[in-house]
Amino acid sequence: MKARVFVTLKKSVFDPQGKTIADALHSMGYGGIGDVRQGKFFELELDAASADQAKTLAAEVADKVLANPVIESYRVEIE
Amino acid sequence: MKFGVVVFPGSNCDHDAYHAAREVLGQQAEYLWHKDTSLEGADVVILPGGFAHGDYLRTGAIARFSPIMPAIRDFARGGGPVLGICNGFQVLLEAGLLPGAMLRNRDLKFHCEHVHVCVEQTDTPFTHAAKKGQRLRIPIAHGEGNYYAEPSVIAELEASRRVIFRYCDERGEVTAAANPNGSVANIAGICNEARNVVGLMPHPERACEASLGSADGLVLFESVVSALALQAAGRERAPARRGVSA
Repeated sequence: MKARVFVTLKKSVFDPQGKTIADALHSMGYGGIGDVRQGKFFELELDAASADQAKTLAAEVADKVLANPVIESYRVEIE
Repeated sequence: MKFGVVVFPGSNCDHDAYHAAREVLGQQAEYLWHKDTSLEGADVVILPGGFAHGDYLRTGAIARFSPIMPAIRDFARGGGPVLGICNGFQVLLEAGLLPGAMLRNRDLKFHCEHVHVCVEQTDTPFTHAAKKGQRLRIPIAHGEGNYYAEPSVIAELEASRRVIFRYCDERGEVTAAANPNGSVANIAGICNEARNVVGLMPHPERACEASLGSADGLVLFESVVSALALQAAGRERAPARRGVSA
């Protein structure tokens, strides 16, 4: 089973990389693009019996390692 | 007195810290490999600057799980003085020994320059020989030193006087222009609740001799030497007292 974990800075945290990318896009003339937030994407190969079990496991490692809860939040998808 | 300097794969200021302790201060010093589980009787532990584990994932995120970390946690819990410098500070944040986290510098640039910091509090083992408000000229070298914590955490740090160093200008004024990385409230260094664990982004170990351009960083190392000497003297006067960490 495969889990995808998306880690992004919390909305309340300034993302200088996202801001720089947004500024670049605006200077290229992409007026229809607003805010840009940059994040991280992880693919985990999991040995799990069910999707629920896989999600629990992926969330556990996201909490402990993949994301820093002080500044980041995450979302898990199971495939 | 013995300094223990932790070495992670990717540490690159370990030799500077070792040199400051041993050659400049004339104290004992020993390297502690991150896979060790003992502090080898160190009286003070330094987590040095560098790029532990290549800063992969996040700065300090892998180093916090090193086999030596439980011993450092126990040492800190027992009141032992721990200093995290730059990457060492980032490791202490990831390990939860200090609150908050580091973001990329506001301007996304790696800053490598001398800056000024003000000593805000002198009741820590690493600032007790300094004067309150003393201005230190010491270098920074980091890309992720933009200190962040939730407003409630910042308020708590301020209320409990746990901001130990703040970026300031050469006159000692804490201004927005003197903030090199965007840190909340110009915070350059903080301590834990018990005040024995201190982390800062600037590099005092690189400013311990006039030949390096500044000797202002020496006061942190002198502070811990005299703080521990005072503690030892206190123990001799009251030998039956327990709970004081060796």
